[in-house]
Amino acid sequence: MGPAVSLVGLTRDFAELRAVDELTFDVVPGELFGIVGPDGAGKTTTLRMLAGVLRPTAGDALVAGVSIARNPEGVKHHIAYMSQRFGLYTDLTVRENIEFYADLYQIPRRERPPRLERLYAFSGLGPFEDRLAGQLSGGMKQKLGLCAALIHEPDILLLDEPTFGVDPISRRDLWLIIHEMVASGVTVIVSTAYLDEAERCDRVALFHKGRSEVVERPDVLQQRLHDQVLAVRTDQPRRARDLLRKHPAVRQAILFGDVVHVTLAESAADWPPARDHLTAHEIALLEERPIEPSLEDVFIDLVQGQEAGDA
Amino acid sequence: MNPTRLWAIARKEAIQLRRDPRSLIMAFLLPVALLLFFGYAISYDVNNIEMAVVDESGSERSRALVHAFESSGYFDIVEYPARYADVDDLLQRAKVRVVMVIPPRFDRELAAGRDAAVQLLLDGSDANTATIAQNYAAAIVIRYSSDVLLHARRFVLPVEAETRVWYNETLESRNMIVPGLVAVIMSIIAAMLTALTIAREWERGTMEQLAATPVHRLDVVIGKLLPYVGIGLFDVALAIVAGLLIFGVPLRGNILLLAGLTLLFLLGALSFGMFISAAVKSQVLATQVAIQTTYLPAILLSGFIFSISTMPIALRAVTYAVPARYYVTVTKGIFLKGVGPEVLWVEALAMIIFAAAGLTLAIRSFRKELE
Repeated sequence: MGPAVSLVGLTRDFAELRAVDELTFDVVPGELFGIVGPDGAGKTTTLRMLAGVLRPTAGDALVAGVSIARNPEGVKHHIAYMSQRFGLYTDLTVRENIEFYADLYQIPRRERPPRLERLYAFSGLGPFEDRLAGQLSGGMKQKLGLCAALIHEPDILLLDEPTFGVDPISRRDLWLIIHEMVASGVTVIVSTAYLDEAERCDRVALFHKGRSEVVERPDVLQQRLHDQVLAVRTDQPRRARDLLRKHPAVRQAILFGDVVHVTLAESAADWPPARDHLTAHEIALLEERPIEPSLEDVFIDLVQGQEAGDA
Repeated sequence: MNPTRLWAIARKEAIQLRRDPRSLIMAFLLPVALLLFFGYAISYDVNNIEMAVVDESGSERSRALVHAFESSGYFDIVEYPARYADVDDLLQRAKVRVVMVIPPRFDRELAAGRDAAVQLLLDGSDANTATIAQNYAAAIVIRYSSDVLLHARRFVLPVEAETRVWYNETLESRNMIVPGLVAVIMSIIAAMLTALTIAREWERGTMEQLAATPVHRLDVVIGKLLPYVGIGLFDVALAIVAGLLIFGVPLRGNILLLAGLTLLFLLGALSFGMFISAAVKSQVLATQVAIQTTYLPAILLSGFIFSISTMPIALRAVTYAVPARYYVTVTKGIFLKGVGPEVLWVEALAMIIFAAAGLTLAIRSFRKELE
């Protein structure tokens, strides 16, 4: 079996701006794939192209084997897409919205009750089925969006920042639903700006300025900086950070409270010269310990590395 | 096209319409309000013109002339100023529109068989009413003169025109206005109704979601059109009933023919609104464009008020591109003349062309794609 989704040099320009820049990567069937990056990194543009609602400027992507450039309508039978902004009708009830999408996907009448029951079971929307969608909370709206997207049991689910602006409880519920979909064999591509959410994915693509810097498993990504990140407590945190930043053995230094997170240039062997640099400036080291790098450390490291390369 | 999807879109649109007070007002209240407003406001019938008489003769003959004015039904004599000097004030304050001055020698001149002049003063600031009042007054004076002649010498007028007005026997302008008004109101309302539909979905972000489903754009455009066709037909029916009951306009032709041609017209007008909506993608702009492109042409260039045959040739050419023109001919023809397809096939053909063009434009301009 080939990849569920395969991007080949996928590019999109808006006037002068290149929003998505020659993306090339594959998503394996049944995978929970994260597109991670800050606002303006090209996440939404990429998902819109994969959903067949935006034409690429160059390149192509095969979604379930169908070209989005040549046959965008053909893609739509295989996918469900949930836009970042709530895309259902606020003046229709929960039930009417789901039935509307069931009609559009031509779900036979007799198949609807069990599907609805299942969707209501994991979304908890059952008691609200006669409520207007506009009167639901933010989290409930997103769950409704998922239900409408899942009514036709798609092979591939494209979710654009589904937890954006959603309270923590609903956020956890949404991720439970997503994991359940993956467990039942659906390929899920989800975009997020939250790096803690990225850690839930099987693999992530780190997006920055329309480019995908790296596609990897989150734990492997974190391993890249293994032994290279230290938490250092001193009596003069700000001065310590500024001194470390200028030191050649340090790639970056970030202040968290009174602790400086130091990312070393190559390996743990880079630390002693940097430490000597601090003591030479009469800064007292109160505590130093290696820490497990977070995805955030990796991401910032990648972005800064790229910007240094650009400069 | 797919019936399930088409029906799903139509049903969804109908539910949304039902729950949106603004759309309901525009769909059901506005047409009736416009019909009543225009129906009562536009009238060329000039009756009960306020008039003042300065009767300096004070004779039996002068009173007979005043009575002739009074009994005609066109003039309402509200003032009898004693002095000629008061006339100026009455006209300036628009208390009266016509003043007749009968000089002191009126009776003597008539008795002697000489010309007896009376003076008529008209308020020309409303030229239309003044012209009509002048014609009425002249007719009454001629009638009075001929009575005087006949009375004296048994004289017979050599030629007399026996006029009969067809189609609108009493020449009531309302009979001519109301059928045309139905056409004008529907051209405006129809385009405004559908101008919102597609633009609203783009603005609210629901179109992005809809575009990611396998629904065909034909299903979207035609499905959205269906509820509005129903509303349009209902509006026309309502307007016709109001015309018959409130304004007493006759309906002489075949009502089914009117329904069929109305359907053709509505398809064109509604599709045109949807084309605007799909092309500009903004509710405010779409509404403005819809009003601009329908309101003035429908009122000025449809033959509703201003006769097309008296327009300059360039303007007359433009009227052929105004769909309301054909529908005004249809409603007037069926209401007043009772004509059938043998006369109206030209209009039917024109409206078929407009409907096909509107639908094609709407479908072509709507894309399931973001920019």
